[in-house]
Amino acid sequence: MSPSSDAKTTPKITAQVVAKVAHLARLDLTEAELALMTTQLTGMLDHFGDIDKLDLSAVTPMAQPFPIKNVYREDVVVPGLDRQEVLDNAPAPQDGRFRVPPSNGSES
Amino acid sequence: MTSEFVSVVDIVGSIREGKTTASAVLEQHLDRIDMRETEIHAFNHVMAESARANAASIDADLKAGKERGPLAGVPIALKDNMCTRGVPTTCSSKILEGWKPPYDATVATRLQQAGAVIVGKTNLDEFAMGSSTENSAFGPTRNPLDTSRVPGGSSGGSAAAVAAGFAAASLGSDTGGSIRQPAALCGVVGVKPTYGMVSRQGLVAFASSLDQIGPFTHTVADAALLMEVIGGHDPLDSTSLDQPVPSLTAVLGQGVKGMRIGRLADMPDGCEPEVLARLDAAFAALKAAGATIVDIALPSLSYCLTAYYLVAPAEASSNLARYDGVRYGLRVESADLISMYGATRAAGFGAEVKRRIMLGTYALSAGYYDAYYGKALKVRRLIANDFAAAYQSCDVILTPTSPTVAFPIGEKTSDPLTMYLCDIFTIPTNLAGHAAMSVPFGTGAHSMPVGVQILAPALGEPTMFRVAAELERAS
Amino acid sequence: MSNASSAPSHATVLPNGWEMVIGLEVHVELDTKTKLFSASPNHFGDEPNTNIDPVTLGLPGALPVINRRAVELAIRLGLALNCTVQASTFHRKNYFYQDLAKAYQITQYDQPINIDGFMMLPGDVRIGIERAHLEEDTGKSTHFGGTSGRIHGSDYSLVDFNRAGVPLVEIVSRPDIRNADQARQYVSELRSILLAVGASDAKMEEGSMRCDVNVSVRKAGDPFGTRCEIKNVNSIRAVGKAIDYEARRQVDVLESGGTIRQETRHWDDAEGRTHTLRVKEDADDYRYFLEPDLVLLDPGAEWVESIRASLPMLPAARRARLSQLTGADKESEAVYVIVERGQDDYVQLVADAGGEPARALVYVQQAFSEAGANPVVPAKDLAALTLLERDAKVTATQAKTILSEIVANGGGDAVAIAAAKGFEALDTSAVEAMVDAAIAAQPDAWAKYCGGEEKAMGALVGAIMKSSQGKADGKVVTALLQKKRG
Repeated sequence: MSPSSDAKTTPKITAQVVAKVAHLARLDLTEAELALMTTQLTGMLDHFGDIDKLDLSAVTPMAQPFPIKNVYREDVVVPGLDRQEVLDNAPAPQDGRFRVPPSNGSES
Repeated sequence: MTSEFVSVVDIVGSIREGKTTASAVLEQHLDRIDMRETEIHAFNHVMAESARANAASIDADLKAGKERGPLAGVPIALKDNMCTRGVPTTCSSKILEGWKPPYDATVATRLQQAGAVIVGKTNLDEFAMGSSTENSAFGPTRNPLDTSRVPGGSSGGSAAAVAAGFAAASLGSDTGGSIRQPAALCGVVGVKPTYGMVSRQGLVAFASSLDQIGPFTHTVADAALLMEVIGGHDPLDSTSLDQPVPSLTAVLGQGVKGMRIGRLADMPDGCEPEVLARLDAAFAALKAAGATIVDIALPSLSYCLTAYYLVAPAEASSNLARYDGVRYGLRVESADLISMYGATRAAGFGAEVKRRIMLGTYALSAGYYDAYYGKALKVRRLIANDFAAAYQSCDVILTPTSPTVAFPIGEKTSDPLTMYLCDIFTIPTNLAGHAAMSVPFGTGAHSMPVGVQILAPALGEPTMFRVAAELERAS
Repeated sequence: MSNASSAPSHATVLPNGWEMVIGLEVHVELDTKTKLFSASPNHFGDEPNTNIDPVTLGLPGALPVINRRAVELAIRLGLALNCTVQASTFHRKNYFYQDLAKAYQITQYDQPINIDGFMMLPGDVRIGIERAHLEEDTGKSTHFGGTSGRIHGSDYSLVDFNRAGVPLVEIVSRPDIRNADQARQYVSELRSILLAVGASDAKMEEGSMRCDVNVSVRKAGDPFGTRCEIKNVNSIRAVGKAIDYEARRQVDVLESGGTIRQETRHWDDAEGRTHTLRVKEDADDYRYFLEPDLVLLDPGAEWVESIRASLPMLPAARRARLSQLTGADKESEAVYVIVERGQDDYVQLVADAGGEPARALVYVQQAFSEAGANPVVPAKDLAALTLLERDAKVTATQAKTILSEIVANGGGDAVAIAAAKGFEALDTSAVEAMVDAAIAAQPDAWAKYCGGEEKAMGALVGAIMKSSQGKADGKVVTALLQKKRG
C-alpha cells in the first residue's frame, strides 16, 4: 500500500516531549522515571508506526461502535447525593466544601 | 470444565426446591475463601458479613413464599471497579484506597434485585490495565489451577474467584480482552457482550468506547442466565442499547446444524501449538455437529494492537484525570494546587497506569493527534469493515482466546509490549463493539486450560451462545 | 438593567486612524430545572454542595445523559439569533482545575448545535454570530486568606460544586463589533432575546450571563491585530468601560513601539483597568476528543421547526411593530423601553380602545415603569385621556396630573377627573387676548423676541400661563407668539 497523504513521518519522542506530556497529565515523574518512560514510549511508538503504511485517506474515523443518536433525559429533578456521605470521602472537607491549596492563577 | 463446583443454575434450583438454603450455599463458598484466599488473593474485599445478612434475608423471604428473583441465593463476586454503595471500591489502585462510593453501579443493583448475594470485590490490574493481574497495587492474584502462574487479566480476581469456587459466578469488565483472556487462562466461561448491552453506569471507566461488563461462570447456561439479569437498557448510560437483552437461556439446546463457522485463513504468529490443536478440535466438534467451516480473512487484524493501544490510553488519560486529590481518594498535601496534583497522581498511580496515561496524553496532544489518535480511529473503522465483510460468509468466527496458556508470574512484567501481545485475539472485538466469549476447551501446555473464543457480530449473542453450548457439550 | 441601545452615542474614537475590533463570547445559564447531564437541581444560591450527584462530582463510574429541555432552550436561542441548527457532537476539553470535577469540560467543539447566525443593531449594523453551543458550567471556588480574598496570594480555597454541570450556551460573535457602544447594544439586545425566548434569566449580577470580550486594534483596512481576552466583565456598563480602556491601552503600547501579547486580562471594575491574568502558552493544550459517553445530537427538522413555530415575536419585530403603530422611531428610547418592559401589547390595547397611539406610548413610558407587562389600568381609561389631550380639552400639564391619578387609583374616567379638577383648555380667542395683554405689559421682551432673541419668549409665555392659571396650552401660546412675530 502506498503511504497515505495524512501518514507523514511518525514524530520522534524526546525526553523534553515526555516531560511536557508528564506536566500536561499532572504526573510528577522522577528523572529515572522520565528516562525509562522515554525509552518505553519510543519502543511502543516505533511498533505503532506499523499503521503508517496503511492508506487511510478515504477512511472515516470511528470513535464509537454504533451510530446511536438522540438519547435524552427529561428535565426532572431526582434526589442527589447526601453531602455528608460525600464529604466523609473527601481528603479535606471544610464548611460543607472541598478545601484545596492555593492555585495562584486561574486554571492551572 | 470445573465440574467439582455447583453451577448457578443448580444452586438456584436446589434453593428453590428447598434442598439447601442461600445461607448454606454462601457458607460453602466462604469456607473455600477461608481455605485458599490467602494463597490466591482473588479479593480486595470480602463482604462476609453483609453477604450473610443478605443470604439470611433471602432464606426468610423464600420460606415466607416471596419471590426473590432468578438468582436468589447465588454468591457472586464483583470486579473491584464496579461501584458498590458504602463498600470500598479501589480499582486496585492506591489512589482510590478506602473510597466508599455513595452509589451503586447498575449491574450491582440488578444483581441484588435478582436475589444474588454479593460476596466480595475482586482484584484486578490497576484500573483494568493489564493482562495478568500483576499490576494490582495490592499484590497479584494467582491462578487457582497453578499458583505459580497468572490468572490472566485484568479481571484476574473475578476469573480466579469462580475457578477457585469462591463465588458461583462473577462479573468482570472487558476493554481489550479483560474478561475472555482470564476466563481462558483459569478454565471458566467468560462473556464480552455487545457494546451497550450491559450498562456501564457505575463501572469505573478505563476506555469508555471499549469497556463492557460481562459474566464469568462455570457453564454456558450460567453465563446466559447472568446476561439476562445484567443486560438490557439503562437510561443512565447514553450508550446503552435501547432494547431488551435477547433470550439466551432458551437457545442453548438449538445446536449448530447449518451454521457457518469462520476460520482465520492466516493465523497470526506466536500461538502455542497446543492452543492451535485445541482450536482445530473445536472446529472438528462443530463440524461433527452439523456446522460448516469457512475460511475468512481479517486483513487489518495485525493493526488492531496499535489502534487499541492508542485509543484506549487516550480515553484513559482523560478518564483518569479526575483522580486529583480534591473530592475523593488519595491526596498528597502540597503548598499549591499544581504541586498537589502532580504529587498525588505520582504517588497514587502504579507504573503501568502512568505509562498509559502518558501514552494517551501524548497521542491526543497538539501536534500528535493526527499522527496517532486520529489514525487509530481510522484503523478502528478498517477492522469493523473487515468484520462486516467476514460476516457475509459466516455466522461466527472461532479463534484462540489467548495465544498461550497461563504464563508464570513475573514472566512478562519487564516488557510492556510483550504483555500487550496477549490481547491480539481479543482486542478486535472491542474495537468493533461486537460480542465475543471464551469457552474452556481442554488443556494445553503444562496441563493448563485452553479457551476457544467465539466472535459474533453486534447483537449476535444468541448465535454465539448456541455455539458455546455445543462446544461445552463436546469438551 | 438600563438599556444601552437608546443611549446617545459616546463611542470612543481612537486617535490616529486606529480602529477597534471586538468580538464577544457570552455564556448564559439556561433556565432548566436540572443540570445539563444529570438530574440535580439547577438552582442559584443554595447551601454549598447540596445540588450534587455522581455526575456533578465526577465520581468514578458516573455517566452523563443530556437534558432534553436544555437542548430545546439552546435551539430556541439559536433560532432567535438566526442560526442554522445542525446535528452536533460533544467533546471533552481536558484541563486540570479545582472546580472542574472530571478534569474535563464537556463542550461542543467542531460540530456545535447552532452556527452562522446574526443580530441587527441600531443603524442596520449586522453582527455575525459564529456559533452558540452547549456546554457545562464549572463549580465555584472561594479564596481565603492572603490580602484580599483574591486568587493570587490566597492561603487556600473552598470549592462548591452546586454550579458544576449547569447548562450553558456560549454565544460567540464574529469580530464585527467596532466600538464600545455597539458592544453594549449587542449584550443588551442579546439579553432581551434571552428573556423573550425564555432561555435564561440572564442576570449578570448573579452570573447567569457572563461576558468575555476579545479586543484588538488595527489601522482601518489593515489585517486584524493581536487580540486580548478580557474576563470578569460583569455588567453592560463594564463591557463598555473595559473595551474603551483596553483599546486605548493597546494603542498606547503600539504607538510607543511595543507589541501586544496574546493574553487573558482581568477587568478590575473598581480600578477601571485591565491587567494580565495569564499569557497564552504552548501549554494550553486541551486535547479535545469526541466524548465517548455521549451520542450524536441530531434534533432533526421536525423538532427544530416545531420549536421555531413556538417562538414568541422577538424584540426587534416588536419594536418595528410598535414604531409602526405609534409613528415613533424604531430606535427611539421610548420604543426600546416599552418593548423591554413588554408593554407594547398594552399600547396596542390602548390604540384598539380608540386611543391615540403616539400619546399612549408617551404616557406608558412615563407613568408605567413599575407596572409590568400587563398594567392594571384599563386600556380604555388611558385611551380616553389621550383623546382629551389630542382634542386640546386639557393641556399637557393637566393630562399629566390626570395620568398620575389614574395610575394611583388603578384606573379612572379621565373626563370626570378633568371636570372635578376644573381642568379645561382655554379656547384660542381667550388665549389670544392674554397674549396681546402680555405683549403690551412687556414691550422690551417683545422687542427682543422680535429681534430674534428666542430666549425672550420665556418671559412672555410665563406671564400668559400665570394669567390663565395653567389653563392655556403651552403649545397654543407658543404658536400664537410665533404667528404675531410674523
